[in-house]
Amino acid sequence: MFEEIGTNAEGDMMINMGPQHPATHGVLHLVITLNGETIKKVDPHLGYIHRSIEKMCESLTYRQFIYVTSRMDYLSAHINNHACAMCVEKGMQIEVPGRAQYIRVIMDELTRIASHELWWGAMSMDLGAFTPFFHSFRERETINDIMEETCGARLTMNYMVPGGVMNDIHPNFQRRVKEFIQLYKRKIHEYDELITGNVIFQNRMKGVGVLTAEQVISYGCTGPVARGSGVSCDVRKWWPYEVYDKVEFNEVIETGGDSFARYLIRMKEMDQSIRIIEQLIDNIPDGDFQAKTKAVLKLPKGEFYSKVETARGELGVYIVSEGGTTPYRIKFRSPGFSNLSILHDMAKGGKIGDLIASMGTLDLVIPDIDR
Amino acid sequence: MWSFSKIADFIHEFLGSYLNSTWTMIAEMVIAGVAVIGLFALLGLVLVIMERKVSAWIQIRLGPNRVGPKGMLQSLADTLKLLVKEAMTPGGADKFLFNLAPYIAMIVAMLLMAPIAFAKDFQLWDLNIGVLYITAVSSISVISILMAGWASNNKYSLLGAMRSGAQIVSYELSAGLAILTIIIFTGDLQVSEIIKSQADGWWIFKGHVPAIVAFIIFIIAVTAETNRAPFDLAEAESELTAGFHTEYSGMKFALFFLAEYVNVFIVCAIGATLFLGGWMPLHIGHWTGFNHVMDYIPSSMWFFGKTFFLIFVIMWFRWTFPRLRIDQLLNLEWKYLLPLSMLNILLATAIAILGWHF
Repeated sequence: MFEEIGTNAEGDMMINMGPQHPATHGVLHLVITLNGETIKKVDPHLGYIHRSIEKMCESLTYRQFIYVTSRMDYLSAHINNHACAMCVEKGMQIEVPGRAQYIRVIMDELTRIASHELWWGAMSMDLGAFTPFFHSFRERETINDIMEETCGARLTMNYMVPGGVMNDIHPNFQRRVKEFIQLYKRKIHEYDELITGNVIFQNRMKGVGVLTAEQVISYGCTGPVARGSGVSCDVRKWWPYEVYDKVEFNEVIETGGDSFARYLIRMKEMDQSIRIIEQLIDNIPDGDFQAKTKAVLKLPKGEFYSKVETARGELGVYIVSEGGTTPYRIKFRSPGFSNLSILHDMAKGGKIGDLIASMGTLDLVIPDIDR
Repeated sequence: MWSFSKIADFIHEFLGSYLNSTWTMIAEMVIAGVAVIGLFALLGLVLVIMERKVSAWIQIRLGPNRVGPKGMLQSLADTLKLLVKEAMTPGGADKFLFNLAPYIAMIVAMLLMAPIAFAKDFQLWDLNIGVLYITAVSSISVISILMAGWASNNKYSLLGAMRSGAQIVSYELSAGLAILTIIIFTGDLQVSEIIKSQADGWWIFKGHVPAIVAFIIFIIAVTAETNRAPFDLAEAESELTAGFHTEYSGMKFALFFLAEYVNVFIVCAIGATLFLGGWMPLHIGHWTGFNHVMDYIPSSMWFFGKTFFLIFVIMWFRWTFPRLRIDQLLNLEWKYLLPLSMLNILLATAIAILGWHF
């Protein structure tokens, strides 16, 4: 693999982008074949942050394994936990109390906003604008504070347990979430003024990294990447879980298929998340925050699957149980892996700058890809 | 009033009373050389801390605030660190060219300081083709970048150098044509004459539309020429890690870094000289009282004030805009800026012939 790096038989320059590179946001390794500045081939090499999470889960109990998954897609850790908890609940046939469902969904949407805000800053940084990063972190910090007050952690929350959430919400929770919504509405126009409306930004994004609906479906892309090409695939709409069927929100779909469409999707999704939170925050029902469960969970023999919509797309959790206290086999269908696989089709024929820009709109989290 | 020219005269008389004229000249050259090197280092320190503070201000953070009062000595500490760091040369590099490149970058920046008038009657070398000299010398800087990129034996560096070559050579045209607009009005290439012609008003006010258009084109073109964002394709951190100076470390890196900042200072000084009257105070027509008050502000203050204002504008660009792509960068130059500059020159010529400018 490494001998071929240099120039290939046709005399094209081959370049190693990563595993240590500012634009790969982690340890992604891209071997790029270049003709001048034009990209002929992109070959992602994975595995630099493979921690065998799936294997680890097999030796952890059904209560424990949920928390390992926070480290997969650490930007939507809460949603990962949610998928796992849901899968266990499905197997145990636990009825989650209404209060817990509301809290879960509100936290999910807060996580989604936090994730998209970080993506916005990081993608702008890929395009060479440093300032947006700090502006997005200003709002994201408020969400992190809410998370910290609720469950004690800011990034990998571990707030989910099978049957509900670990603790009840803090008395300040509703007030602070409403404050955040006000702050968000006050500040979001700055995002558009700084980046969305910028001529240089639009030139970098429009018509770049175009994906057709056909390509997106054949590569199994989900989330904003698929919706940017006009494919409706929002798990929250198609297979509603928790209280998503009770709230009103739109599945944001753009038909452009280019980087700008994917950008707009995420910006509008943040608005939709705010809309969901607004509908739920005043109506959190009283009651238990956690269903009564046995101390030791034993899933019946069989196969269980659940999926949720993370900030990056569809996360599937597949558990095979032999009836013991630990799963026999766990498989995660992570959105990042499928989204990355389309990178070559996306970047071929473009310039290096286009590769970086369109890779930014894929919103890759490398630990989610390698697991 | 305290001024640089009085100090210069004092030194000249002081040396003249002890040495004959030849030795006086040699001694003065040595003093001037040391002053330029000192200014080079000082500007680097000041501009780095300024950039960090400006970026912090734009990015809602504090910036350096530990070393010295309000972090003002931070860049001094950084310089110390860079001085004691090992300057590595990569294995496959062309050692001679690799080590030569940063010095060429530095020498170009220093040479460009010669014709700049820092204050009234305070100029190292007022040669009669001053502006031509500036444009000629500044185009050497691309060689140092190409040399660094080629000699590093690193593909990122090579790509950075390749981009930089295309970029600097193209944008020099626009910068040159923008400068030419003012030359058409003044009819003189000598820096001191250009400044003198602005005694009753700066060219940006006197030159009607062509001067304003030329000023805008000049600012865009020099931002590109000095490889500053949004035209920092030669470095392009997120694409090419650090572009042409990826392999440089320690003081050799620092020289590139300093040269970049000094180049920014120089192009802004040229912009201030050509369009904003150099050290000339702001005079408005027949407002004698106002003009008199303006004359009380020392000429060096005027020069540095204007220059640092332009530097601030260029820093503002950097922390606001995303980076362009290489083909968009060249499109901007060849499809928009260059035709516009040429049209602008025609307009300026017409105005100059008809004598419409003030």
